[in-house]
Amino acid sequence: MRRRDNVALGARAIGVAAFVVVIAILPRFLSDFRASEMARVGIFFIALVGLNILTGYTGQISLGHGAFMAVGGYASALLIAGRPGLELAQLEAPDWLPVGDGMRDFWTIPIAALVAGAFGFLVGLPALRLRGLYLALVTFALAVSVPILLREPEKLTGGTNGLNLFGTTEDRLTGAIDNTVHIPVLGKDMTFNDWTYYLAWTVALVGLAIAWLILRGRSGRAFKAIRDSEVAATSSGVSLASYKTLAFAISAAYAGAAGALLTILSTIVTPGSFPVFLSIQLLIGVVIAGLGSLGGLMFGALFLYYLPVGIQELADIGSLPNGLQDAAKSPGMPSVIYGVALILVLFLLPRGAAGFLRRLLIPLTKRL
Amino acid sequence: MSELLQQVVIGLASGAIYALLALALVLIHRATGVINFAQGEMAMFSTYIAWQLVQWGVPYWLAFAATIALSFGGGMALQRVVIRPVENAPVLTVVIVTLGLLLIFNGLATWLWSGEVRTFPPNRPFPTRTFEIGGVVINVQDIGIVLVTLALVAALWAFFRFTRAGLALRAAALYPESSRLVGIRVGWMLGVGWGLAAALGAVSGMFTAAAFPPLEPTMMQAVLIYAFAAAVLGGIDSPAGAVVGGLTLGVFLNLVGTYADDLQNLGFPVNLEGLRLPVAFVFILAVLLARPQGLFGRAEARRV
Amino acid sequence: MGDGEVVAVLGPNGAGKTTTLRAVSGTVTRRGEVTFDGKRLPRSPERTARLAIAHVPEGRGTFSEMTVLENLRLGAYTRRNGMGEDLERVYGFFPWMRKRADQQAGTLSGGEQQMLALARALMGRPRLLLLDEPSLGLAPIVVREIFEIVRRLNQEEKLSVLVVEQNATVALESSSRAYVLEAGKVVLEGPSAELARNEDVRRAYLGY
Repeated sequence: MRRRDNVALGARAIGVAAFVVVIAILPRFLSDFRASEMARVGIFFIALVGLNILTGYTGQISLGHGAFMAVGGYASALLIAGRPGLELAQLEAPDWLPVGDGMRDFWTIPIAALVAGAFGFLVGLPALRLRGLYLALVTFALAVSVPILLREPEKLTGGTNGLNLFGTTEDRLTGAIDNTVHIPVLGKDMTFNDWTYYLAWTVALVGLAIAWLILRGRSGRAFKAIRDSEVAATSSGVSLASYKTLAFAISAAYAGAAGALLTILSTIVTPGSFPVFLSIQLLIGVVIAGLGSLGGLMFGALFLYYLPVGIQELADIGSLPNGLQDAAKSPGMPSVIYGVALILVLFLLPRGAAGFLRRLLIPLTKRL
Repeated sequence: MSELLQQVVIGLASGAIYALLALALVLIHRATGVINFAQGEMAMFSTYIAWQLVQWGVPYWLAFAATIALSFGGGMALQRVVIRPVENAPVLTVVIVTLGLLLIFNGLATWLWSGEVRTFPPNRPFPTRTFEIGGVVINVQDIGIVLVTLALVAALWAFFRFTRAGLALRAAALYPESSRLVGIRVGWMLGVGWGLAAALGAVSGMFTAAAFPPLEPTMMQAVLIYAFAAAVLGGIDSPAGAVVGGLTLGVFLNLVGTYADDLQNLGFPVNLEGLRLPVAFVFILAVLLARPQGLFGRAEARRV
Repeated sequence: MGDGEVVAVLGPNGAGKTTTLRAVSGTVTRRGEVTFDGKRLPRSPERTARLAIAHVPEGRGTFSEMTVLENLRLGAYTRRNGMGEDLERVYGFFPWMRKRADQQAGTLSGGEQQMLALARALMGRPRLLLLDEPSLGLAPIVVREIFEIVRRLNQEEKLSVLVVEQNATVALESSSRAYVLEAGKVVLEGPSAELARNEDVRRAYLGY
């Protein structure tokens, strides 16, 4: 038993190391455009790590995590712009809001995470009283409401047009305007897309490490206990309330960081950046990835980003059979394919990608 | 005062639409324990089918009836093919499956009919006449919607109460094991439940297109949220609750929108006009926290 | 089983008595065949019910949120022609149901619910009744009443009964033949009167 555990741990460590290495050198093989695509995959990945802690570990279903991404995204934009930036856009923030005078873009990421985390805590409190389907329902309604709520306080959020950071001074935006980012440590220059790739994936790996630490610690055990049986957990002294709201807060923080990265990457944020579909996608992602494990998350993030995009690209290149070609390019088809793929995956791989991987690997590790 | 009554009537009409969709949600939840996130998109899809039939020359009311029948069949097929395999799967899986259906119906509608904005029905089925009672101007269409809805609800009630099939459906939903022992084909019954729900949704959709043009793929998204709110208010397993909840919510939201300016003048921090969806969300949250079983539901004790 | 027989199945907990009944009605999957009246039984409870086999499960299985009358109507589900006659017959056996037809089944006493379950089964004009632990949770007087009704059903309606029981005394008194099941195997079988006199049976199940 010991030996097999050690082997499994060793295998995992090698896997993670390989993963990190691949991430680090990938941009050299990718076009600039693909680098920005992979940055977006990274953004999904970060959000999925967080949502996985909430849904995969404590079993609370959230269809509203797009809302936390929105909080992070808008917080980041507001902080980058600062009062001077808002004034330039003919907007203004109320006095009590600590928007500051403008901040370097990547510094807003942890702050956005904290802000989103606080919101997550606030949402987590009433969520305590809601079970399964009802929580899904409420968070769904939240997701639908968010774009509207973002439009309304026009003076602050810029209404339907959102916050456009291109007008903001260059010293706060890294590389977005001139497309070169100078890295002092390595003495090299890189393009904006490569920069966002590395930024996103650095945050992702840091986030992954933090998640791993949390999950193997006391909180992690508490989360798992809650998922397996709330009643049993309570009777063993696990304080349901604190851990469930903690999970909400943590997952929201991750989503907030992802949202901030999205703002930085797009240099603009609008209510349309966080539609209902985004929240649905995130939940789909953790389920496809396989709940309660970190391994399948990469697959989940790739699935989320590439499924609709991939179909379109295949259609453009012309590698689809003739009948499907036109269909794939028309609006609406990606949705259909998404939905069908989703249902098929659920039927065929009820435990998601992670479960599938586990089933593949278990017989392998048995032989060792 | 007459202004108020007028708004109440208008609110009842939208409330009837919410009630129908809420009823569909409740039916499905009672029968299969599932919250069907795709109910709105299914309703929208049915409405497009109706539109297409009319385009092909079918008279409106015939198309209306045909759509109801087709939706019934479609709903039944959906339950048998997609839902049954995941009957015993964890909650999350079923949620995701209905979300998948949401995506599929949304995509199919956009693909087949494009996101173009249309009116349906092209020639109003309910005359747009208005008439006056005691100084209150009432739209015939609104009254028509409310009456047809009430008639459908009554018919459904009679079906469940007095017919053999209705009784079997109720039994199948509540006690599947015992129902099998008396010879009820529980699987088919659940299919009928989904079929009925889809049919109700179709009516809701067709009324929405008539009362709140235009016909477009996103038209039922808000209605779905209002239907959730209504179902939750009435009690997620109570058909009567869904109807009462829907009508109440319709009136409430309409009044909120109408008097939003006045509310703001009275010191309310935000102008609620245009915030009906967030209001509905707060509503859902408040009900689920304060009285989760809704008005007509029964409090659930969890077996430990 | 012979036509018109009452056969009892006895045994300790976990012996597989309930499972046997469920295997006959098709509620659980089974390997092998069960023949009834020369025909092989289907493997699903719904179809088995249509062949005039009524299964009254452990715990009665009454539709508690429905009224007595609704329960009875459901019992007649498989009968296409009117149930008026059947209802009268049932009221003949259980006169109290006539007056309390609109009472919610869940509010009936344990004995009354058992009777309702029997009545519901009767509505389907069954030829074979599978009865699972009818005495469970009932007072001795009520148990005797129930078994008296079973006896009448067997004699007046020519209903064959396969009854699974933990209460061996009552079961042996009411049946003509019996089997004793232990750990899934038949360890003893024979006429009930003989089994009642059998040493091992007396010690293990009759308490003396």
